[in-house]
Amino acid sequence: MNNNILHIKNGSCTSVTEIPVLGYGDFRQTASRLLGDKARHCVSYFAYPCNEGFRLMMCIADDSAHDILVFACDVEKDAELPSIAAEQLALERFEREIHENWGLGFTGHPWYKPVRDFMPDKYKFFEMAGEELHEVGVGPVHAGVIEPGHFRFICNGEDVLHLEIQLGWQHRGIEKLMLDKKRLIERVLLAESIAGDTSVSHSTAFAGLWEALCGTVPGDDVLWARTLAAELERMANHTGDLGAICGDVAYQLGAAVYGRLRTPIVNFSQRWCGNRLGKGNVRPSYAPYAFTEELRRQLLQDLTAYERDFLEMSDKIQHFPSVLSRLDRTGVVSREQAEAIGAVGMAAKCTSVCRDIRASHPYAAYPALSIEPVVKDGGDVLARTELRIDEVKQSLAIVRVLLENVPAFDGKMRSPGQPKADSFAISLTEGWRGEICHCAVTGADGELLTYKIKDPSFHNWMALALAVRGNEISDFPICNKSFNLSYCGHDL
Amino acid sequence: MFNSLKIFLHQGKQYIPDLRAAKAPGVFRGRPVISTEKVDEQALASVCPSGAISTSPVSIDLGRCLFCGECERCFPGKVHFTDDTHLATNVRERLIIREGEDKPIELDKEAIRPEIRKIFRNSLKLRQVSAGGDGSCEAELNATGNVQFDLGRYGIEFAASPRHADGVLITGPISGNMAKALELTYEACPEPRIVVLDGTDAISGGMFADSPELDRSFLENHQVDLYIPGNPAHPLTVINGLLDLTKK
Repeated sequence: MNNNILHIKNGSCTSVTEIPVLGYGDFRQTASRLLGDKARHCVSYFAYPCNEGFRLMMCIADDSAHDILVFACDVEKDAELPSIAAEQLALERFEREIHENWGLGFTGHPWYKPVRDFMPDKYKFFEMAGEELHEVGVGPVHAGVIEPGHFRFICNGEDVLHLEIQLGWQHRGIEKLMLDKKRLIERVLLAESIAGDTSVSHSTAFAGLWEALCGTVPGDDVLWARTLAAELERMANHTGDLGAICGDVAYQLGAAVYGRLRTPIVNFSQRWCGNRLGKGNVRPSYAPYAFTEELRRQLLQDLTAYERDFLEMSDKIQHFPSVLSRLDRTGVVSREQAEAIGAVGMAAKCTSVCRDIRASHPYAAYPALSIEPVVKDGGDVLARTELRIDEVKQSLAIVRVLLENVPAFDGKMRSPGQPKADSFAISLTEGWRGEICHCAVTGADGELLTYKIKDPSFHNWMALALAVRGNEISDFPICNKSFNLSYCGHDL
Repeated sequence: MFNSLKIFLHQGKQYIPDLRAAKAPGVFRGRPVISTEKVDEQALASVCPSGAISTSPVSIDLGRCLFCGECERCFPGKVHFTDDTHLATNVRERLIIREGEDKPIELDKEAIRPEIRKIFRNSLKLRQVSAGGDGSCEAELNATGNVQFDLGRYGIEFAASPRHADGVLITGPISGNMAKALELTYEACPEPRIVVLDGTDAISGGMFADSPELDRSFLENHQVDLYIPGNPAHPLTVINGLLDLTKK
């Protein structure tokens, strides 16, 4: 135990005065030392206005001790600080974000560029010169029905030497709206829209954080429902992604079968909560939609039919040479790269870096489920494809365990109460893409001073940029799809 | 080969034969009906997160409604969301549902530009532009192309290039950072071209309506041909809206 660091658990709330405030030199050294151990990674690093200047808050997850280590540092306005990212690359986007939001400077930063707030015509891309080299620009509007982002490739013939991903097109100012909108229902709806395909896991992170701030503990039925909804969300998205991966290698049977297999899962979500993507299913301190015996039977029946066809199709693609040849050793991310950039979720697990909040910092009903995360070691598109197949199988098993013991539903609309004053709370969940982190700090009146959201895509876009190096540019779509990162979750 | 055939056979018939009459399974929060029951109207309006409810008389604007069901939960005798998925229309005012009304939402046939039905009757290609969309409307648009909904059967598809498109379909509240790209994409579509707003975020800005990060000036300069409410809009809402717009 170190007096300079506060150890807390996922989903807990602490008085701001408990958080050790270090000088920047100490702060920097402590962060660098802690992140030197591979069992730890930064889950959030942000600044907020405090005492005429800013307070930096560092939150580092220690996966083996199941703790979150928190410490802070007060800095003056317009301070120029030596970059920690110069030593710990995983912090590079956090520092850029702090610079962009609050004007603090970081000297020695390895990649000092805008995160979201940019002038599209003035953004300076990395350049390489050479007679054989050419640039390819793609986006922000892409060929498919997807969100916008700009990709700038530097290629030698067909081979990609470098990819720079310029994001921010989707920026909606969601963190500021979290402060401006004062009613709970408004904030819940905002949380659901951080990334609409992950609305359950983001709203669960919000609900967990809000309950911690208010000091209430929801009933077992509430935690159970969130867990079930999250696993259904994982299955639906993984299934859809498998279809899209098949589509990108022009394997029509796989695209059609996985595409239609997503439907029974999202339709079940609609039967349960009235929305195919689970919007409306998670509210702080109560579960709005009862899980009836009829729903239980319906889900078991849907899963039986789903599982048969899912396994048959998955077995086919895993033994089909013309599909495998496009996936195998395409878009490789090494374990060293994943660790260096702080990759989370699928991007980390496919390089044998075991990062899964359900196992390391369990929340909702996960503590009793003892999840063993699925891990692959190829780091390529095939690993990310097989990871999805195995995670769907795992989710099927988890859902069946949950269905063995459905808690009695209370269903009563409850208020979580008021947030405690001068408090800090953190809530982590494992969305289908990976780790989601929400943090909040309240002031003397209990109002929010800051609300910080981190989607897994915040770390993982860099993994995509690294994955395509040395690949043919024609393999970019399949690489991109194998990560399927969120633009709006990153851009906020 | 035989394995592929087996898989093919195991799928059975997946397509929905009649998309016009198809119902969303289970509960669906679609077109609301507001009873004439007397309630505290201010209290009712204040539960809405997106300011969709107005008072005296009570009305819900589906262009602002996020279909969260909070009003129905707090005032179950006053508001009821029916399972009607036909929510799209070409006249903004028609998205406002008043108390005591229970009639389908329809397009104003007279207000549809004549060239739309003349030229796009048998084939409509749209360029989708996500401008701050949260990914949910985009996911449901992709679902319209799956083997169950199979929107392509009507000759309606999403084009890869605006040069091949008959208009733009916008999702999201239109972020400032996307405003120029949206305008350029629209300009790149050959005339005549249509504008479709898909989802509540696109129609009104939804929860983001007050955000300084939006730039919705595109909508001041271009006529909207179809509004498709939803959070996200259900594939059936999208499909029937597009069919109502283009087919007799």
